[in-house]
Amino acid sequence: MENRFFVDSEHLSPEALEKKHRLETDPSFRKNHMEYLPGMERIQSDVCEKVMAHMRAYDSSKYTARDVRMALEHPNCSLEDFKALLSPAAEPFLEQMARRARNETGKHFGNTVYMFTPLYIANYCENYCVYCGFNCYNHIRRMKLTPEQMEREMKVIADSGMEEILILTGESRTQSDLNYIGEACKLARTHFRMVGLEIYPVNTEDYRYLHECGADYVTVFQETYDPDKYETLHLSGHKRVWPYRFDAQERALRGGMRGVAFSALLGLSDFRKDALASALHVYFLQRKYPRAEMSLSCPRLRPIINNDRINPQDVHERQLCQILCAYRIFLPYVGITVSSRESAAFRNGIVKIAATKVSAGVSTGIGDHESKYGGKEPTGEQGDEQFEIADNRSLERMCGDISGEGLQPVLNDYLYV
Amino acid sequence: MEKDKLIIGGRAFTSRFILGSGKYSLNLIEAAVKDAGAEIVTLAVRRANTGEQENILDFIPKGVTLLPNTSGARDAGEAVRIARLARALGCGDFVKIEIMRDSKYLLPDNSETVKATEILAKEGFTVLPYMYPDLNVARDLVNAGAAAVMPLGAPIGSNRGLVTKEFIGILIEEIDLPVIVDAGIGRPSQACEAMEMGAAAVMANTALATAGNLPAMASAFRLAIEAGRKAYLAGVGRELVRGASSSDPLTGFLRD
Repeated sequence: MENRFFVDSEHLSPEALEKKHRLETDPSFRKNHMEYLPGMERIQSDVCEKVMAHMRAYDSSKYTARDVRMALEHPNCSLEDFKALLSPAAEPFLEQMARRARNETGKHFGNTVYMFTPLYIANYCENYCVYCGFNCYNHIRRMKLTPEQMEREMKVIADSGMEEILILTGESRTQSDLNYIGEACKLARTHFRMVGLEIYPVNTEDYRYLHECGADYVTVFQETYDPDKYETLHLSGHKRVWPYRFDAQERALRGGMRGVAFSALLGLSDFRKDALASALHVYFLQRKYPRAEMSLSCPRLRPIINNDRINPQDVHERQLCQILCAYRIFLPYVGITVSSRESAAFRNGIVKIAATKVSAGVSTGIGDHESKYGGKEPTGEQGDEQFEIADNRSLERMCGDISGEGLQPVLNDYLYV
Repeated sequence: MEKDKLIIGGRAFTSRFILGSGKYSLNLIEAAVKDAGAEIVTLAVRRANTGEQENILDFIPKGVTLLPNTSGARDAGEAVRIARLARALGCGDFVKIEIMRDSKYLLPDNSETVKATEILAKEGFTVLPYMYPDLNVARDLVNAGAAAVMPLGAPIGSNRGLVTKEFIGILIEEIDLPVIVDAGIGRPSQACEAMEMGAAAVMANTALATAGNLPAMASAFRLAIEAGRKAYLAGVGRELVRGASSSDPLTGFLRD
């Protein structure tokens, strides 16, 4: 059964409800998702075209066990090999894929696992993305941290020993404007050795400004690379513009960022096609910007506040593992991040095979690190969470568990130059 | 043999094994020093620049020379800044230049490396540049003030051995500085081969880090490097190609 995303809040006015229903039911009421909005920069790039041509032509049911065996035998994984490894025909070969992936991970990363924590500084949002807890029609406690509150949260996180932070916001260009995010980056640089950003896509010059403020890594999830499906899930707001989002990483690199991260949200659409497109997005951009550092994530849909039935559909742990092994074999040099959307058992297992980075001490809410990990009583002054996490281990426990698996937790491998 | 020392930047070393920095762990450093006899240990400044309680600097045994590297640098300017930071952190004056603008194969950028070498040598650093084995660039590095050159055998971490053997051979022949083979050495036999050719030293990391038994592999490297060095100093005898040493001379028919 498909996910049922639409939930009406009793707190919405009749006018808001009417607009919401119209967006949900009447495609002609929605803006053209392929058309740029005023102020959105358009860059010349052939990356999107290349990725989409492969994605459109990909029929995962055409691959056979023979293709998979050949792919596993080749010393270098070709594009066709990768497509075979992502196909259903590869499912019986999961153990062999895992062994090959582990070997590749060891060659490029040794036994290291990098640690980071996300810090949500605001959850205001102007988009209506039907699966997201922050969507503008979802009735949640909204909040944005003041500089003083940010400072407090960052201190709690830094005191735990964490050296890398990922700053996140909801996608509100008014509530969390560029200046607000820039100030957060400046503050973060005083507490952490590495600052990443996961915010709404911006123009090249804006990325340059944020880079100057101290951010060096930009994560943008495309959610789904299928524009038609995307259109039915992102019904209004800036995020609705699919191509502007696609080019975000390239703009970030042109703006001077050192690295970029990619992902589809698995469970929204055909996950094999989305996994293919995510990896090819990395592959083609890497060819164009060989000095950039790149990483992939692999989030699956999770339940949100007011809709606990949302689930990742046909992407079970086996499929997720298959995708991650295929990523590793095809792109042995890229980082792979596995977030706290996945269980402790899955994360303990996957760091031994393919993942090179995990989060710890996670909250997807606003301003609650102090109560969650600092041992303080909640004050009631917190913003609600984007989604439910499945692994709430603290940094200390995570480091202990990682070491227990014979791996080496690493807090920093980074130098601003 | 007793007096056969490796001289870099005016300092003498007995060991010709240098531990690389790619996959670092405390066990690895211990095995490299104890079992492989390493006297020089590379350190990625970007990993040392940490508040971690287990700071790498604390685990470098006394008497071991630190060789900080500039990994993470994408051009000469960045490499120079990292080298200065290393000096400020108390890592000494040795520095290994690594400049890569390719995140996939991690191949060195030779022209930026020459620029960084020149700047840092002038500032009094003992500069060991990691390079792609190109004779002209090696000569430029000599002129820029390098203390050694470090050509790659194969891409970093690939364990593929002396893929660039012919070109390293040319450097050994033509360059008066120590030629240290860096990157790609996956087995003791490959390290031995490099030493036998006349390399001054060998750097390895992944080959040890990914071995089943770390101390045993470290010790195997030590023996292989010593064997190769001994063979080089002894002067390797002629190579016989099969079928080419017939006792009947081809020119036996000549009368006068």
